[in-house]
Amino acid sequence: MAGITSFGGYIPRYRLSRMVIVQNMAWYFPVIMAVAGGEKAVANWDEDSVSMAVSAAYDCMVGHDRKELDALYFASTTMPFVDRLNAGIVASALNMRENGVSNADFASCMKAGTTAMISALDSVKAGTRKNVLVAASDQRRTKMATMFEMFYGDGAAAVLIGNKDVVADYLGSYSINCDFVDHYRGQAKEFDYGYEERWVRDIGYGKVIPEAISGFLAQSGLKIGDFAKVIYPCYFGGTHKAIAAKLGIEKGKVQNNLHAICGDTGTAHPLVMLVAALEEANPGDRLLVAGFGQGCDVLAFEVTEKIRDMKPRTGIKGSLAKRVELTNYQKFTKFRNLITADLGIRGEANPNTSLTVLWRNRKMLLGLVGVRCKKCGTPQFPVYPTCVNPRCWGVNDFEDYEFSDKEAKILMFTGDMLSPSVDPPAVYGLVAFEGGGRTMLDFTDCDLNQIKVGMKTRMSFRRRQVDSMRGFTGYFWKAVPQVEGGGE
Amino acid sequence: MATGIRDKVAIIGMGCSHFGERWNDGPEQLMVEAFTECLQDAGIEKTDIQAAWFGSCFDEVGVGKSALPVSLALRLPNISVTRVENYCASGTEAFRGAVYAVASGAYDIALAIGVEKLKDIGYGGLPEFSTAMGTLNQLWMANFTAPGGFAMLATSYAAKYGLDMNEVKRAMAHVSVKSHANGALNPKAHLRKPVTEEQVLNAPQIAYPLGLFDCCGVSDGSACAIVTTPEIAKSLGKKDIITVKALQLSLSNGTEFAYDWDGDHFVTTSKASAEAYKEAGIKNPREEISMMEVHDCFSITELVTMEDLHISERGKAPKDIMDGFYDLDGKVPCQVDGGLKCFGHPIGASGLRMLYEMYLQLLGRAGDRQVKDPKYGLTHNLGGFPFLNVCSIAIIGKQDV
Repeated sequence: MAGITSFGGYIPRYRLSRMVIVQNMAWYFPVIMAVAGGEKAVANWDEDSVSMAVSAAYDCMVGHDRKELDALYFASTTMPFVDRLNAGIVASALNMRENGVSNADFASCMKAGTTAMISALDSVKAGTRKNVLVAASDQRRTKMATMFEMFYGDGAAAVLIGNKDVVADYLGSYSINCDFVDHYRGQAKEFDYGYEERWVRDIGYGKVIPEAISGFLAQSGLKIGDFAKVIYPCYFGGTHKAIAAKLGIEKGKVQNNLHAICGDTGTAHPLVMLVAALEEANPGDRLLVAGFGQGCDVLAFEVTEKIRDMKPRTGIKGSLAKRVELTNYQKFTKFRNLITADLGIRGEANPNTSLTVLWRNRKMLLGLVGVRCKKCGTPQFPVYPTCVNPRCWGVNDFEDYEFSDKEAKILMFTGDMLSPSVDPPAVYGLVAFEGGGRTMLDFTDCDLNQIKVGMKTRMSFRRRQVDSMRGFTGYFWKAVPQVEGGGE
Repeated sequence: MATGIRDKVAIIGMGCSHFGERWNDGPEQLMVEAFTECLQDAGIEKTDIQAAWFGSCFDEVGVGKSALPVSLALRLPNISVTRVENYCASGTEAFRGAVYAVASGAYDIALAIGVEKLKDIGYGGLPEFSTAMGTLNQLWMANFTAPGGFAMLATSYAAKYGLDMNEVKRAMAHVSVKSHANGALNPKAHLRKPVTEEQVLNAPQIAYPLGLFDCCGVSDGSACAIVTTPEIAKSLGKKDIITVKALQLSLSNGTEFAYDWDGDHFVTTSKASAEAYKEAGIKNPREEISMMEVHDCFSITELVTMEDLHISERGKAPKDIMDGFYDLDGKVPCQVDGGLKCFGHPIGASGLRMLYEMYLQLLGRAGDRQVKDPKYGLTHNLGGFPFLNVCSIAIIGKQDV
């Protein structure tokens, strides 16, 4: 039976208390005080929808062979490229097969994530695909002192769709598609343009979601009481409750919208909430998940015994627990490029990305794939045609070797104030991988004062450069020091 | 079998421009300044020079590519001029080219000249080098700078020997205080103010754990040498003939960066210095080397280099440094002219500037900072980074030492 065979999540570690926004911006737009409670997840300056999707995808693929994926669907409204398959970047980061796979971007709508899931489930049901990874992610920039700034958080989630060792059987779906435009972002516009909240609440979320769920129930013959958790996004607290009341969902069976601890992660949110629900689910639980946006998708699942066999992962719960407060509002606005701060002349360097070089080295640059010498077994990165082991020096006798999922130890490091960085000092160092191989990498998600030689690191796929002149976004891997106890 | 370079080539003239922020002079002017002094010192005519080697590193912001800039600036008489670039070893590479050319018998008299004009870029520190790393490396290499690259060495050195970072920082501070004291005695040095250990330790941080005074000056300057055979030197009437005793170069091949290294030493320096002592016939460098100019781009570089030159024992450089072993009045004075730290570091000129100081000292022309009766002077360059670098070593001395 088709269903979810694995799931994972990624919420960036910074949290911005809404009170910090209020303290800084309520002078300009006092209405934001009405939603001053809780905090939202904020992507680090080197993260975007693609990098967070990669993190969620890796989390989802724990215990699964990435080589067995035959499709990757990426859903987001904040993709870095309008013409270049963004899912292809995620796929390269996962070191997926290139031949015999079919990847796609699902975009332009808050429910693109659930729509991608339906497509994946349909193709697995039809038998045309076996393992489809669906990753949804959003990192929406907002104008300062807006309700969007208060509501939106950053995050990603991923589900693996297949028909072997299914942890949540797919019970079916139902969709409404209508051109209800509560907000939109026109071509080349930086920010969302939204309409009056009262209308969005009453005619949008409050009406469309119940209609879609009722539609599914009518179609499937199931009752709302059959579900252990009903999962639907809606960052208006009152409306979120009102929908439950309207549908007759019992208290405790409504999945938390994560407004208080994460914020609404856009296209990712139905999946983020679903993954959070799956993390707490027991075999036999039925889950109903809805995605809202120009209509509504509703999908139903039933959790199986296999969920108990899943390998431990960070997930939504784990990444929400890895929390560091961002107390500096200016830092947040700089991370989102909402203010102009001088990087200095040294920071002006903007070399063109050679597409031929990127193509030749795509495994290395996007997948952190090095080689292992077949003669002496030494893993190495970067790759030169001659083995680095001075007792070997074998030539061109290598096999691919992935470093992306390997832990490493810090050999040497620094925090550099001279190097141009949005978040100085630029921290980097030489790390040695468990099992062999070493290289120098930028560090991220860390505090220089906590780093020590010998500390463990994990790899994280990050945005490396944004070439605003040419519109190109480049990515590479960074090391994240693993501070005992979670950090800062 | 190769016999090495010892005593095959003599230096008959050297020149060095004033180093510093030469806002009013271009690289051409700097080269002419060094060359004029050098030619006068050699006592020959420009037309006696048969070939030249030219070292310069950052062609993007300085003279541009090729060896034409030196041919144009000096109006050399259509002779062969070769451009060499090998990071911070570029100046020594130019010297090596000229010395080997004479030793081979291809030429009687050759010129080595280096120049760098760094202060035309509009910001402090070395020019940004992301595009200089090659089209592949610029797509993945860490966002690093020279101070950051070397600062890392302090963390791994401290970890290796179980030292408290404050202890390492005090030894590093002594390195800088000593160089400032020496630089103050040198009229051609870029930075001529003595500093205290306290000033060094309290300076703003550039790259952990390096502060401002742990970093060398970024300067404009040029230096050059004219070399010939000892026989020709004698025929030209030279009395105290200074000869080349050793010239060695060693390059990383990636083992430090990608295989096995503790981050506690310079693999290349360790090898190049051992080869250089062998070439020069030096058995015990701690006793026989009279003075040194090493690549103190950062204080930690100098500290660790003392061990790789096989003068301080492994892990013992901080102690020797604190004991004053490398001070001007110590057993092996190091950075007698102020070093990169205070004389300045116009990259392509630095190797030749170091040789210039050793040459002056050997001839007893070093004024207030004269070392008593020196026999061997060692120079050392380290281009690149602790984990990936080019190291050059030169030893010169009196012909009859």
